[in-house]
Amino acid sequence: MAFAVVKERYSSKVNEVVLGATSEKGGTRSHVIKVGGQTTLPYLHFEGEVPNKPIIAMEVTDVEPNWPAPLKEMFKDVYNDPTAWAKKCVEEYKADVIYIVLNGADPDGANKTPEECTETVKAILKAVGVPLIVKGCGEEEKDNEVLTKIAEECAGENLMIANAEQENYKSLAAACMVHKHTLIALSPLDINICKQLNILINEMGLPLDKIVIDPMIGGLGYGIEYAYSIMERVRMGALQGDKMLSMPMVCTVGYEAWRAKEAYSEGEEFQSWGEQSFRGPLWEAMTAATLIQTGADILLMRHPQAVKLAQKNIAELMESNKY
Amino acid sequence: MIIIGERINGMFKDIGQAVRDMDPKPLQEWAIKQQEAGANYLDINTGPNTDDQVTAMKWMVQVVQEVSDLPLCLDSTNYDAIEAGLELCKKPAMINSCPAERPKIERVFPMAVKHNAKIIGLTMDAKGIPKNADNRIALAMELVAAADEFGLPMEDLFIDPLILPVNVAQDHAPEVMEAIRQVKLLSNPAPKTVLGLSNVSQKSPDRPLINRTYLAMVMACGLDSIIADANDDDLMATAATGEILLNQSVYCDSYVKVFKSR
Repeated sequence: MAFAVVKERYSSKVNEVVLGATSEKGGTRSHVIKVGGQTTLPYLHFEGEVPNKPIIAMEVTDVEPNWPAPLKEMFKDVYNDPTAWAKKCVEEYKADVIYIVLNGADPDGANKTPEECTETVKAILKAVGVPLIVKGCGEEEKDNEVLTKIAEECAGENLMIANAEQENYKSLAAACMVHKHTLIALSPLDINICKQLNILINEMGLPLDKIVIDPMIGGLGYGIEYAYSIMERVRMGALQGDKMLSMPMVCTVGYEAWRAKEAYSEGEEFQSWGEQSFRGPLWEAMTAATLIQTGADILLMRHPQAVKLAQKNIAELMESNKY
Repeated sequence: MIIIGERINGMFKDIGQAVRDMDPKPLQEWAIKQQEAGANYLDINTGPNTDDQVTAMKWMVQVVQEVSDLPLCLDSTNYDAIEAGLELCKKPAMINSCPAERPKIERVFPMAVKHNAKIIGLTMDAKGIPKNADNRIALAMELVAAADEFGLPMEDLFIDPLILPVNVAQDHAPEVMEAIRQVKLLSNPAPKTVLGLSNVSQKSPDRPLINRTYLAMVMACGLDSIIADANDDDLMATAATGEILLNQSVYCDSYVKVFKSR
């Protein structure tokens, strides 16, 4: 008897979202990148379409970060120069996108002005041709100032701007709408708030294909399973026609993985864990691999070796398994 | 819950008159109004007092599609009219309806397969509507077998176990609920289920109350779709809430609002 492949037919699909804009669309990127568009669960090529691969955005910070040794080692030559750092990520490590985190804007830190932050972003736009994701320092009031300024000064670039949250989304949604950027909507590991926030942003007039979901994650060993199941549910919602959950998803892989002591500990107290320079990147790569399985579309990553492993993993998953 | 808006039906005075006068305006207004209220399909029924059903159906399909991109549910006992309508539908339509009678099955099922249309299959035959769930299921099984025979995908068959007005046939309501549960056991994948909901409240004083209460009850039995008044806000809110409580859609504070804009 012939073997019949059981295939699920979904009524809907994930929105396709574009990062960046070329000169035809008012930007300066050498190319744009698309994410999303799936008509089936992750990598079931035999069942539906997976038109775009997940992409890796490598993290660059505007002020020298206090990162663990293995990261410092990789970037010591560019640690104080976000422009050179971004260039290195694109040229040497083949980052699809640069994820610039403006920690320097923090009022309790370097307290850089919106103008200074804008200069940093503009310098990176000039140095690399890939699209950019821009994140603020996490202090709401300052971020609203800094990010709206950047949105205005870089109008037309279709930056991906982070983060809009339930209590603070209006200024950023308006800025993205007016100056043609894309917005990351962050919800605290909560699918109900995730959906509600998308509705609120959309009600302000930002189209659904200009929104990306950051579901918030836990790193490997630190609640990644919660993130996994929420992302799974978001994706099922998208495929079953819930328009307010149909956005691609972005994950702060590097940030969460390197907060785990399995990654940051230098190893004196845990000798059996092995070398940190090997263990740390592996922790990040495993965090990425797990989230790729549940449908992550954009991975925000740090260590070049972890990036390399994730790239290999993605290439294998994108090979057709049609039969 | 798939909502099939019932309003473009010649049984309603304004639509009946419009069909006779070939005046597109009332049809188009109701198409837009129902779409905005959250309808997923628009039922199209020429009504009884139309001489030329084929011409009327074709005209109705055309004028409604001028203003709405919703798929249509062609509602007639005249299968030539339905076939003429199907030729013009831009999106895969629904045929409303086909009873469990062999000659009609042989007419309707091949036509549905040819046009990639769905079928509402009624659990009745020449003898009428059964009194209990078991006999409804027996007729549903004949429709399921027909889908298999003619190559209609099972999820394109919508079994309607036929609810009767509660003021004259009270004993039918629980039987219909049982039938909805059992239809899902007839095959894998199972056929879908549908009800002409408004029928339950015919000639009762508070129709919306009966409609929405029964909707919540049949949703709990697994009902997939209703032919109903999409402009009854409380009814739509009940459908939205039912989906949330059945864990079919993800809760958020604005869930009622987004239900309508699906």
